[in-house]
Amino acid sequence: MTRVLKYVFYDILRTRFILFYTAFLLVCTFALFQFDSDYGKIVLSLMNIVLMVVPLIAVVFTTIHLYNSYEFMELMLAQPIHRNIVFLSEYMGVALSLCMAYLIGIGLPFLLFGGIAYSATLLSTGIFLTLVFVSLAFLSAVLTRDKAKAIGIALLFWFYFSLIYDGLLLWVVYSFSDYPLEKVTLALIAFNPIDLARIILLLQLDISALMGYTGAFYKDFFGSHVGLLFSAGILTIWVIAPIALATRIFARKDL
Amino acid sequence: MLALLGILVCIIPAVHATTYKIGNQHNIKTIREGIALAKAGDTLLISAGIYREGNLVLEKALTLIGENFPVLDGENKYEILTVHAQHVVIQGFRFIDTGIASINDLAAIKILESKFVSILNNRFENTFFGIYFASSSDCLVDKNQLTANAEAEHQIGNGIHLWKCQRMTIRNNRIKGQRDGIYFEFVTDSHILNNYSEGNMRYGLHFMFSNDDEYRDNTFINNGAGVAVMYTKGVKMIHNTFEHNWGSSSYGLLLKDIRDSFVLDNVFKENSIGIFMEGSSRNEIKNNEFVKNGYALRLQASCDDNVFEHNNFRQNTFDLVTNGSLVLNTIKSNYWDRYEGYDLNKDKVGDVPYRPISLYGTVIERMPTAILLWRSFFVFLLDRAEKAIPVITPENLKDELPSMIPYDLR
Repeated sequence: MTRVLKYVFYDILRTRFILFYTAFLLVCTFALFQFDSDYGKIVLSLMNIVLMVVPLIAVVFTTIHLYNSYEFMELMLAQPIHRNIVFLSEYMGVALSLCMAYLIGIGLPFLLFGGIAYSATLLSTGIFLTLVFVSLAFLSAVLTRDKAKAIGIALLFWFYFSLIYDGLLLWVVYSFSDYPLEKVTLALIAFNPIDLARIILLLQLDISALMGYTGAFYKDFFGSHVGLLFSAGILTIWVIAPIALATRIFARKDL
Repeated sequence: MLALLGILVCIIPAVHATTYKIGNQHNIKTIREGIALAKAGDTLLISAGIYREGNLVLEKALTLIGENFPVLDGENKYEILTVHAQHVVIQGFRFIDTGIASINDLAAIKILESKFVSILNNRFENTFFGIYFASSSDCLVDKNQLTANAEAEHQIGNGIHLWKCQRMTIRNNRIKGQRDGIYFEFVTDSHILNNYSEGNMRYGLHFMFSNDDEYRDNTFINNGAGVAVMYTKGVKMIHNTFEHNWGSSSYGLLLKDIRDSFVLDNVFKENSIGIFMEGSSRNEIKNNEFVKNGYALRLQASCDDNVFEHNNFRQNTFDLVTNGSLVLNTIKSNYWDRYEGYDLNKDKVGDVPYRPISLYGTVIERMPTAILLWRSFFVFLLDRAEKAIPVITPENLKDELPSMIPYDLR
């Protein structure tokens, strides 16, 4: 498995895209540090990148990469190697390289300029979001043979979680605004990894004081160990469930 | 020279004020004895030491001066000093551990129906009420320090408490950890100057039915619910700092039923709500700096004829929220850091009006749960769309002359 993983890794590095991605994140973070010295504000600005750009890059890069290495995978499968191993090596390769790019791009400036403590939540939620959207992209890639269609599905995932879902959530809140919605919204938030990441980050940024009763409720919940376990658990499910489904489909697929 | 001596000789008997020294090393050991002995106009000089004398009652015009902060101990049982006289001076003492009671307001110094009393340069530690005035006038409270560390609101009284007073001056005091830092009820024509009120359980300053007062150069920081000014007319609030009054029901300044008052040159920094205004009319809010607040202004629709002018709004999460569409206030010539207009004729005034109310601010006002979506991409798009064509936000609520550059306040 490590051998296949190594090949995948080299292959990704050769395309140089991952280097551009790292450079992009580095430039953004450095620029923000030049612009402002308040860590809270930097984290706030980076939050938008983490919530929008990271998932988008993850889905697009992953699907394109998978279709480009289709022949490599076929070649590998001709060898006496289990399908799951090939597939999961691909997953690990892509996920690892994207996570590393993210860690270096965002983490390095924080390491250099100080304030690494502020960035802990930012880094961990970013890593989780990368993993989740790589998983979703793998799922969309095994759902169809057509590359354009797969990218379409992957983009739809991104679009759904970053925009449509929030619209639906607002509609629910609006329709049922006469009822106590705290627990319901907590459950609904769990169905969207981007929203979950955003709430965790917002609470860290002290915005909770604005949020009145709702904010106090969430702060109590996410501030506790149970809440931490809950959010980490939900995000882990979001990572594992799609890739497990994708592996299952891939194992039975007529290539 | 002889003439001068003659004059002096004539004057001294005329004043005939005596100074009594009190302390362990003197003839008079207790303050109670000293007070009994002295006549109006005399001075009691109290040496350093610990005095446990229960409740002392002062009904003569005496000057009490502590040397090196003698300790007056209430032993967690008593009110320490009760004053009912004119022209009393109390200076340089350390008051500790008054009793705590829920029926009587026990205080370190209670002044009842008195005039011209000065409380100067004292320290108060762990007192229930610190300085308590009722039905008094023309008094001065200067350079006192009050600290308490109560854990709940019912265990502690107010730092400087005034009820039904006139022409009082409260200045240069530091108050920490009381229930209300400074409490004013039915107090008129008074001044609150250069005080520092920090970390009080409820309000830094609690102010009701107190007309024609002025408070200036004070700092209110980290109080449970900020500063409340209510049911009053003609108050001047000038050059104060309201900082970090942070919590789900906290505000820098609450103005409730305030008329004909002025809020000038203040700084509101890092409060959950900078100014919360309700039922207030004809006030001028000018030259204030609103920085990093959750809501800079929360202006309820019950307010009218207020003027907001020449203020700086910077880095607030929401600049302004309101709960109705009726606009009866004037908002003009402020600087808004979110303003995106242009200035073609270079007169430093933006050419298109600024609308300080964001759509999402209005949405949250109606459905507080919707704050969950704050800073999501969806909300960003909604706000953009609303800015282009206002539908939900009040059409007339706008700054017609937004400044392009921040005002140089302080």
